[in-house]
Amino acid sequence: MSISVQSDDFDLGAEVAALADGNGDIGAVVTFVGLVRDTTGGALLSMELEHYPGMTEQALAEIELAATKRWSLSASRVIHRYGNLKTGEQIMMVATASPHRKDAFEAAEFLMDYLKTDAPFWKKEHFKDSTKWVDSKADDDAAKDRWS
Amino acid sequence: MQLDVLYFAWVRERIGIAKEQVSTDARTVADLVKELSAREERYQVAFQDMTVVKVAVDQVLVSLETPLGRAKEVAFFPPMTGG
Repeated sequence: MSISVQSDDFDLGAEVAALADGNGDIGAVVTFVGLVRDTTGGALLSMELEHYPGMTEQALAEIELAATKRWSLSASRVIHRYGNLKTGEQIMMVATASPHRKDAFEAAEFLMDYLKTDAPFWKKEHFKDSTKWVDSKADDDAAKDRWS
Repeated sequence: MQLDVLYFAWVRERIGIAKEQVSTDARTVADLVKELSAREERYQVAFQDMTVVKVAVDQVLVSLETPLGRAKEVAFFPPMTGG
């Protein structure tokens, strides 16, 4: 179980290898990677990720702990980047490992749903002549609420 | 009471600073919002619709009615958009 909040990019393959390393009990690994998406058809220059140092790490650790209490997880890993990221760049990843796939799938979805609404990150889109804060979505709250 | 007050994302941009020390007798988060809003227009602009502003006291999400108690740090920000 570990979390990282960093400006550097990450290597999904290396993270997954490290997650499963030496643990013969793991039969399933589920990963999710979020990328900077251009919703405008080419106008997006970059996405700025702001966060609340201290609270971010605490919130992610709590979300991960909640997942480990609910599902049988052998290991998990959350990495979320901050700073200025270009279209197509990796923003974050979640990886969950368990003996059977159901736990890994569900826990990964749970982690994503809670991360979206409870981890203090904010996205700002940068265009050639303007900027725009990304709005939160009501769907995200609904996605989280299905777990309660 | 001395509080560190932090602002993030568009709340920070509207108020114009990321962090400040506030000396206050506010009992709750809502009292603090009222007090800051009365100070200057930029606070009023940032806090005009508190349904789109979230609050954390000592780095834990709370509601507006939460007593400040012995809080050291209060943060205001828009709903999160990570992931």
